[in-house]
Amino acid sequence: MGPRTSIPQASIPPISLRRRVTDHVMTGISVLTVLLVLVPLFAIFAYLVYKGIGSINIAFLTQTPKPVGEPGGGMANAIVGSMVILGIASLLGVPLGIGAGIFLSEYGRNRYGDIVRFVSDVLNGVPSIVIGIVAYGLVVMRQKHFSALAGGVALAIMMIPTIARTTEQMLLLVPQAIREAAYGIGVSRWRTTLSITLRTATSGVITGVMLAFARVAGETAPLLFTAFGNQYWNWKTDQPTAALSLQIFTYAISPFDEWHRQAWAGALVLIVLIVAAVAAVRIAVRHGTLAGA
Amino acid sequence: MGVGITVEHLNAFYGKTQALFDINITVLANHATALIGPSGCGKSTFIRCLNRMHETIPEARVEGEVRIGDLSVYNGTSATQLRRRVGMVFQKANPFPTMSIYDNVAAGLKLNGFRNRKQLDEVVHKSLHASALWDEVKDSLHKKSGASLSGGQQQRLCIARALAVQPEVLLMDEPCSALDPISTGKIEELIFQLKEQYTIVIVTHNMQQAARVAEFTGFFLLGKMIEFDKTEKIFTNPSDKRTEDYVTGRFG
Repeated sequence: MGPRTSIPQASIPPISLRRRVTDHVMTGISVLTVLLVLVPLFAIFAYLVYKGIGSINIAFLTQTPKPVGEPGGGMANAIVGSMVILGIASLLGVPLGIGAGIFLSEYGRNRYGDIVRFVSDVLNGVPSIVIGIVAYGLVVMRQKHFSALAGGVALAIMMIPTIARTTEQMLLLVPQAIREAAYGIGVSRWRTTLSITLRTATSGVITGVMLAFARVAGETAPLLFTAFGNQYWNWKTDQPTAALSLQIFTYAISPFDEWHRQAWAGALVLIVLIVAAVAAVRIAVRHGTLAGA
Repeated sequence: MGVGITVEHLNAFYGKTQALFDINITVLANHATALIGPSGCGKSTFIRCLNRMHETIPEARVEGEVRIGDLSVYNGTSATQLRRRVGMVFQKANPFPTMSIYDNVAAGLKLNGFRNRKQLDEVVHKSLHASALWDEVKDSLHKKSGASLSGGQQQRLCIARALAVQPEVLLMDEPCSALDPISTGKIEELIFQLKEQYTIVIVTHNMQQAARVAEFTGFFLLGKMIEFDKTEKIFTNPSDKRTEDYVTGRFG
């Protein structure tokens, strides 16, 4: 304890040694936790670059896989396939997820909303391979063959609960006063929801969408018996389609060194693509934002 | 031009709690009417019944008759249509944060499908002039967000936004309670000018403000309208003892 002045009730005691030490210790702990979170991320990325960069060349990015034993070849079909599957997944999953989030926040403050919230949280916990089986039953069994569409449906189902719940939370953060401002100038409820509430929450909603996108982009299990994979080019959404994650999986469990190297390269490309997609969306959103908003 | 407001036997509820008891009042067109009374007495609830904002709160309901001009508010008029004729300015300035100043003012028209660029420009210009904000924002109409303005400017922006849909009545729910005296002065001056074109109902905690801007004043207490008369009479020679106690500060 430091010295006290003669008028105790009016004086603030100097900060004790114990409090100063606590302050430093706590600051140190927060820095440490930040490092603990960042180190694995950078370690993974650095290791991927180290292992994968050597196998990335023009051929890897432009050619389809070569048969076992033949050197060269690439994952161009898988890169495109992944983009197609993720495009289908986003096309289905983003509107449905955002729509469900709007329902939960604007119309679902009741028992029906509670049911949807519960179901959505359960869906979020369903193992991804089970979701793959569902998409197999829904799409593959009916079409009688594997397809990019089936893969997209599987990933979309995985995206929905994440997007719905984050959208709900972001919309709930929009002050009621903003909605009232819109009602007050004669804007209808649905229009207010779309043009005012959702727009005000845009950046948060997009964060949710990006989280869901990045999470499913690397998924392999739900694609095993939906998109299935393909060694050749395929531009049709109703045919078996290659995906980076599937290709990595196949190559990584193979006994060939060349395929192992290509698997590392594929993983690196996948991560770079995800980072690029997320960054592009972020930049696009920031570009549309006004000063002081 | 503004229109008069007639309220007959109005009762308002939040679930089982009754907030307003049998309110009867006639508001004259093109005048400012002030509503005073202690916190929680139902002033805000009352003006939120005039544009059906009350019913946006879950389990809130209203009984009785309200007419804006010849329009019966609770019989067959859609709330959305009504609110285009009865504008509202809220206690706390609430500009749309993601919209530019221009878009904030144009929002009421744009979101209802009005697209004529030239006419929009004109409405925005006129509304910002009417709310005495034009000179301060004319260079950043499209560049700045409505939320980047100061508190007083934001409130005048909200007034401009309300005026842009060309209402006949303007409801103001303590529009100056979060503002400094200079901004308050500007808004009071504005109310003075707006009366020529609009019917104004203003809720205020500030009795001097009521005396300055309004020709008529109503005194609310515990959900009842105790007295409604010319402002001068309310403040100098009220008929009811409770009104006198309140305006002379002997209350609570």
